[in-house]
Amino acid sequence: MSHNLSKAARPANQTSVFVKRKRMYTFFFLGVIAIMIASSLIANFDYIVGIKSIPKAITWSLTKFIPNSSSWHWLTDEILKALFETALMSVAVTACSAVFAFAFSLLGTRTTKINPLIGRAVRIIASFFRNIPDVAWVLVLFMAFGQNILTGFFALFFVTFGLLTRTFIETIDEISASCVEALHASGANYMQVVFRGIIPSSAAALISWVLYMIETNIRNATLIGIISGTGIGFWFNWFLKSLNYGAAGLTLITIVVLVIAIEITSTQIRRAIL
Amino acid sequence: MRTPFVANHVSAQMGAIGGMEKTRGGKIKTAAHDKSHRIIKLTILALLGLTILGFLTFNYKNLDFFKAVGDTLENLRVMFFTPHYVNIPGGFRGALDQLLITFCMAVLSTVFGSVVAIFVSLFCAKNLSSPKVSSIIKSFVAFIRAVPTILWVLIFVVSAGLGGVSAVIGLTFHSAGYLIKAYAESIEEMDEGTIEALKACGANFWQIVFQAILPSSISYLVAWTFLRFEINFANAVAVGAAAGSGGIGEALYLAGHQYSDPRELGFITYLIVAVVILLEMVATKVKTKVR
Repeated sequence: MSHNLSKAARPANQTSVFVKRKRMYTFFFLGVIAIMIASSLIANFDYIVGIKSIPKAITWSLTKFIPNSSSWHWLTDEILKALFETALMSVAVTACSAVFAFAFSLLGTRTTKINPLIGRAVRIIASFFRNIPDVAWVLVLFMAFGQNILTGFFALFFVTFGLLTRTFIETIDEISASCVEALHASGANYMQVVFRGIIPSSAAALISWVLYMIETNIRNATLIGIISGTGIGFWFNWFLKSLNYGAAGLTLITIVVLVIAIEITSTQIRRAIL
Repeated sequence: MRTPFVANHVSAQMGAIGGMEKTRGGKIKTAAHDKSHRIIKLTILALLGLTILGFLTFNYKNLDFFKAVGDTLENLRVMFFTPHYVNIPGGFRGALDQLLITFCMAVLSTVFGSVVAIFVSLFCAKNLSSPKVSSIIKSFVAFIRAVPTILWVLIFVVSAGLGGVSAVIGLTFHSAGYLIKAYAESIEEMDEGTIEALKACGANFWQIVFQAILPSSISYLVAWTFLRFEINFANAVAVGAAAGSGGIGEALYLAGHQYSDPRELGFITYLIVAVVILLEMVATKVKTKVR
């Protein structure tokens, strides 16, 4: 009897694994489709217009974004200058916020915090800075700073500071915990723990995060430039709005070249240090 | 000219024979001065140099810096401590509707992006496709990612008109580029033996995908997709503001640039922050659940 039962039960169990998986996939797909339909109704998204726009946009940009003889003077007059400024701004903003974030994150990590209350406060302040959208920072800074590079600088600074503080805290907690414990055990003081333990052990990971933020910030700086009227974003928007498509195409190409160059550089650095 | 070189060389060799590296002063070296440390130092120096160069060359346009900082602090106080809404059509309900529209834009672009990315990443992962196809797709995707999201949206505004469609398609392009890279890397991390075993049993490509790759990397894929959803929500807000594609982002832009009203800016910021923090909490839940 029992022999028969187990024989009958086994195939039933085996198929049920596959049936279960299939059922899970089906439910998942149906759920996604339902969400998609609801979302497209709310956001007023027309699938046909959307799909049609893709080939249209590609042929449009391939035919219009061709730099012509009159667009070349923009390259030397404005585009390269603005691109250079935006790139330097992204590097400067990331470097400055990294310094502040590092000092701040030391108060927030499990191993180096001075007391739990300050540690918790640091996390909340970092969360405040990174969760407020950069656009909101730009708009409120614009009221006082106006069409100035510092508007974008401070907006990116606040968001990057919040993001890097969180990632620095997590990275330091992950990498340096054991060596900090060893240093504490051998009687090292706070400064010795920081300079002999944390910086040597997690410097590579922290630099890797900083490089990643530089990449992100160049893209964000373009967007912020459109709102604050500065840098390369402003020029792209202006060329597009004034129907100067040749110069807009030229701007697009220079941005792509810059972003890819920075990505390759930071990948190389990361490969060498990690 | 040659003697110092030889002397250096000999002393270095003697140091190596002695088993301990010594500094010029004769102290034992305690820190490892390998290639990695040198590159870290060089990187920091380069960043420092570029930062200083930046601050020296920026065009500050005769800004009265301290006055601007003072005004900003006052604006921030008004913004965060006395939020109100007067200009949003439909009041509080209207603002929530705008927020929902932005949320749905993020949902649509994330799902479109991940559907495209799932298929493309199969041909992009080195362990599933040929090295040639993989590197062609990878460089094409690098190009897509190099164009900032907002520029994709602005390009699509020209062909699809201003509004939800151009925003969603523009956001989709960048998310697809991001997710293809992330998915392909997750698939590449997979155990080679599983694929080999299935191949040996005579499984075809789609059987390998559905029986080996999806089940074993699904947790990474879900985590990456949700991370991208968080980014897409922030991007949908930003795009609404910078391109005027509607949603809460456009309301934010109008409050800042059209009405110059920090109080309304504060109200809308609070709404957005509430959603972002909610998403962050869900993301932490999702991460612990799938791992």
